[in-house]
Amino acid sequence: MDQDTLLQISQGTVDWSRAQFALTAIYHWLFVPLTLGLAVIMGIVETIYYRKRTEFWLSASQFWQRLFGVNFAMGVATGIILEFEVGTNWSNYSWFVGDIFGAPLAIEGIVAFFMESTFVAVMFFGWKKVSAGFHLASTWLTGLGATISAWWILVANSWMQNPVGCTFNPDTMRHEMTSFAEVALSPTAVNKFFHTVTSSWIIGAVFVVAVSAWYLLKNRHVRLARESMKIASVVGLVASLLAVYSGDRSGRSVAQTQPMKLAAMEALYEGGKSQCLTVVAWVAPLSKPNCMTADNPSPVVALPKMLSLMATRSVDGYVPGVRDIINGYTRPDGSVEPSVAEKMQRGKQAIASLAAYRQAKRTGNQAEAAAQLASLRENMPYFGYGYVTRPEQVVPNVPLNFWAFRVMVGMGLFFILFFAFVILQTFRWDISKHRWLLCLSLALVPLAYVASEAGWIVAEMGRQPWTIQDMLPTWAAVSNVESQSVALTFYLFLGLFTTLLVVELNILRKQIIQGPDSAE
Amino acid sequence: MTQSFLQQYWWFLISLLGALLVFLLFVQGANSVIFTLGGTSEERKMLINSTGRKWELTFTTLVTFGGAFFASFPLFYSTSFGGAYWLWMIILFTFVLQAVSYEFQNKLGNFLGARLFQTLLVVNGIVGPFLLGCTVGTFFNGSNFLVSHDNLLSPLQPVISSWANASHGLDALLDPWNLCLALAVLMLAQILGTLYIINNVSDDRIHLRARVQLLGSTFVFLLSFLPFLVRTLFKEGYAYNPETGRIFLESQKYFNNLLDMWPLLVLMLVGVVLVLFGIVRTLMSKSFVRGIWPVGVGTVMVVLVLFLIAGWNNTAYYPSNVDLQSSLTIANSSSSLFTLRTMSIVSLLIPFVLAYIVYAWRAIDNRPITSEEMHDGHAY
Repeated sequence: MDQDTLLQISQGTVDWSRAQFALTAIYHWLFVPLTLGLAVIMGIVETIYYRKRTEFWLSASQFWQRLFGVNFAMGVATGIILEFEVGTNWSNYSWFVGDIFGAPLAIEGIVAFFMESTFVAVMFFGWKKVSAGFHLASTWLTGLGATISAWWILVANSWMQNPVGCTFNPDTMRHEMTSFAEVALSPTAVNKFFHTVTSSWIIGAVFVVAVSAWYLLKNRHVRLARESMKIASVVGLVASLLAVYSGDRSGRSVAQTQPMKLAAMEALYEGGKSQCLTVVAWVAPLSKPNCMTADNPSPVVALPKMLSLMATRSVDGYVPGVRDIINGYTRPDGSVEPSVAEKMQRGKQAIASLAAYRQAKRTGNQAEAAAQLASLRENMPYFGYGYVTRPEQVVPNVPLNFWAFRVMVGMGLFFILFFAFVILQTFRWDISKHRWLLCLSLALVPLAYVASEAGWIVAEMGRQPWTIQDMLPTWAAVSNVESQSVALTFYLFLGLFTTLLVVELNILRKQIIQGPDSAE
Repeated sequence: MTQSFLQQYWWFLISLLGALLVFLLFVQGANSVIFTLGGTSEERKMLINSTGRKWELTFTTLVTFGGAFFASFPLFYSTSFGGAYWLWMIILFTFVLQAVSYEFQNKLGNFLGARLFQTLLVVNGIVGPFLLGCTVGTFFNGSNFLVSHDNLLSPLQPVISSWANASHGLDALLDPWNLCLALAVLMLAQILGTLYIINNVSDDRIHLRARVQLLGSTFVFLLSFLPFLVRTLFKEGYAYNPETGRIFLESQKYFNNLLDMWPLLVLMLVGVVLVLFGIVRTLMSKSFVRGIWPVGVGTVMVVLVLFLIAGWNNTAYYPSNVDLQSSLTIANSSSSLFTLRTMSIVSLLIPFVLAYIVYAWRAIDNRPITSEEMHDGHAY
C-alpha cells in the first residue's frame, strides 16, 4: 500500500495547507512588487520636487504616493497572514528549523517593519506637518524599510532552498544555527534578493509607464505622463538588465544546490554533457509524464551548449536530468551522487540512528549513544529522504516548471527591448505618436505580473516536495489539523482576498481616472 | 552570556513587546466605539483618521511579537499557532480586515461603501483585543495540547505538537477566567482608545461622549480584571524544577513570583496607580487631555509584570492541561544559545527603533486633529 495513505496526517491536510500558503503568497506577491517598485519611482519624483520645489513636482509626488497607499495596505494585510501561516499550517517545520528560520523573521520585524510603518505615516500625513527634507527622508525610508523587509524574508526563503550555517541537534530534535553570516549572506540569498527586488522595480516601472501611457492616450495630464514615463523607463531598463544578471547567477546557484529543480525547469529527463538550452519546445502543460520513461522534449528552438554554460560555466559541462538524479550519477570530477533509493535508505538509517541515540541517552549507555550519533552524522545529509516512500516523490511538476520558467525569462528579456524603446521615444522623439506602443504599455501590466508570479512558481514548485531542501518534505512539516479546517480557511481567504483585490483595482482605476490634484 | 540568562532576557523582550502591544490596542479600543463617539460621518471620519495614523504601529508590533516569539521560543510558535489553529485564524482574519478598512473606506471606487469598512473596524476593535486577551489567559489557565519530540521519529505521525481536541484553540473560550481577562483587555483597549481620542482629536462633542464611554469601560474593566487578578495570584500555578525540567503545580505560584521578584510587585503597583490616576483625572477635569500617557505607561508596566510572572522564576508560561509535562517553559521551548546570542545583538537596535518612532509620532501629532484637516491633504 502506498505509504501516503498510511499517514495519520492526511494528504488532504498537506494539500490544503500547500494550497492555502500558495494562495496567500500569490496574493501577497500581487502587492509587494508594486510597493517595492513604486517606492523607488516616487522617491525619485519627490527628490526632484525637493530640488525644484515646483507645484507640478509636488502634485506628481502626491499622486504616485496616493496610488502607493492603496496598494500598500493590501500588501500589509496579506503579509501578516503569511508570517503566521508558517506556524498555523506548518507547525512541525516551525520547530524543526525555527532556531534558524525565526531569526530573519524577527529581524525583519524589528529592523524593517517598524521603519516602514513609522515613516509611511509621515509620508501620507506629514506634508504640512514636517519639513520637506524630513518628508523626503520619510519617503525613502518607507521604501528602504520595504526593501530591507524583502531582504530578510528572502534570506529565510533562500535558506529553505539551500540550508546552510546549521547543524542538527539530536537532543533538541531540530536544526540549530551555527553561522548567522552563512545564513544571511549565502549566495542563494544574495542572488534571490537582487533578482526579486530588481524584478519588482520592473513591475513598478511597467505600472507607471502604463498609467502614463493611458494619460497620453486620453491626452490628459500630459506633462505628468511624459515626466513619469522618463523616470520609470530608465528605472525599468536598469532593473531589467540587473534582473538578467542576477537571474543568471540564480540559475547557476540552482544548478549547484537544486539540480532537480533545474532539470524540471528544462524538462531534462536525460542529462549529459554540452546540454543545449531549450528556448521553445512542446511540453504539454497539463500532462503528468512518467519521469522514468519520458523523453527529453524535442526543442523547436534551442541554444547549443548554453544550459551547460549557465549551469557549470563550461560549454562542455555535465548537467544531470531527472532520471540521472533518481538513479544517481558520477560528476566529471569523479564524485558520485547517490541514487534517490540510496538516499532514502540512508535517510531511514538516520532516523533509526536518532531513535537509538535517544534511547541510549535515556538508559545512560554512553558508548551506544556515541556510536549512534556517529551513524546519524554520517547519514544526516539525507535525513529528509527517510520520510520519502517512492523515488518519484522527489520529482516536481515538470511541465509547470518548464513553462513558468519560459514565461519569466521570455517576459524579462522582452522588457529590456520595451524599456529601451520607450526611453528612445520619450527622450528623443514623441511617444504619443505611437498609439500602438501606448496600448502595448497597458497590456504589459498583467503580463508583468504573470512573469513575476511565474518566477515564484519556479522557485517554490521547483523544490517540491521539500519545505527544506533534502531535510523535510511537506508531509513531515505540516500541522496536525484536520483537512476540513484548512479547506475552510482556504476558501475564507480566497473569498476575502479576491473581494479586496477587486475593490482595490476599482479604487486604483478611479484614482488614476481622477489624476493628480492640481492643474498643470 | 549563558543560555539561561538569554532565555530570561528574551522572555523580558517578549513581555515588553506584549505590553506595548496591549497599549497600542488603543487603536482597536477607539475603533470599537466609533459609532458611539462619532455621531456624524464627519466625526467618525475624524476618529478614524486619528487612529488611522497609528494602526500600522499596532499591526507591526503584533507581527514583531509573533516573529520574536518564533525566533526565541519556536516551540511556542509551533505548538500554539499550529494547535490553536482557529483561535489564531480568527484573530488574523480580523486584522486583515482592519488593514484595508482605513485605506479603502472613503476612496472613490469603493463600491462596498464606507459603512461596511467602518463596521469591519468595529469588528476588529472588539474581536481582536477580546481574543488576544483570551489567548493570554491561557498562559495562566492552560491549554489542551501535547508535545512529543519523539514523534519526529515516526514517518507515520511526525508532528511534534498537537491539540488534544478538535476545537483547535476555541476551547479557550470555554474557560470563564480566560473570558474574564478577554473582557478586561477589551475594556482596557477602550479606556486607552477613548483617552487617545481625547488627546488627539480637537472636538468638544467627541470629548464629552469619550468621557462617558471612559467611565463605563472603566467600570466593566474593574469588574472583570480584579477578579481575574486576585484569582490568578492565589490559585495553583505551573512551576518547574530547573534541575530536572519536571513541571508541577505550586500553590499561589504567581503571588509567590511577585514576592520572590519584589521589584515587579513595586512596578505593578506603580502601574496601577498611574492607570487609576490617568482615568480619574480625565474624568474629573475637562481640561485634562493627557490621560493617555499615565494610563499608557501604567498599562505597559502592569502587563509587563503579568507576562514576567508567567515566565520567570521557573514558571511554565504555556501550561498544558492534558499533559503537564508537555507544558512550555522558557527553558524547554527556547532557541539555541547561538541564536539567542545573535538575536540579542540585533535587539540592541530596539532603543534606536523606539527613538525614531517617538520622534515621528511627535512630528505627526504636534497638534490635534480638526475637522478642517479632513478636507485638506491626505485623509482616510
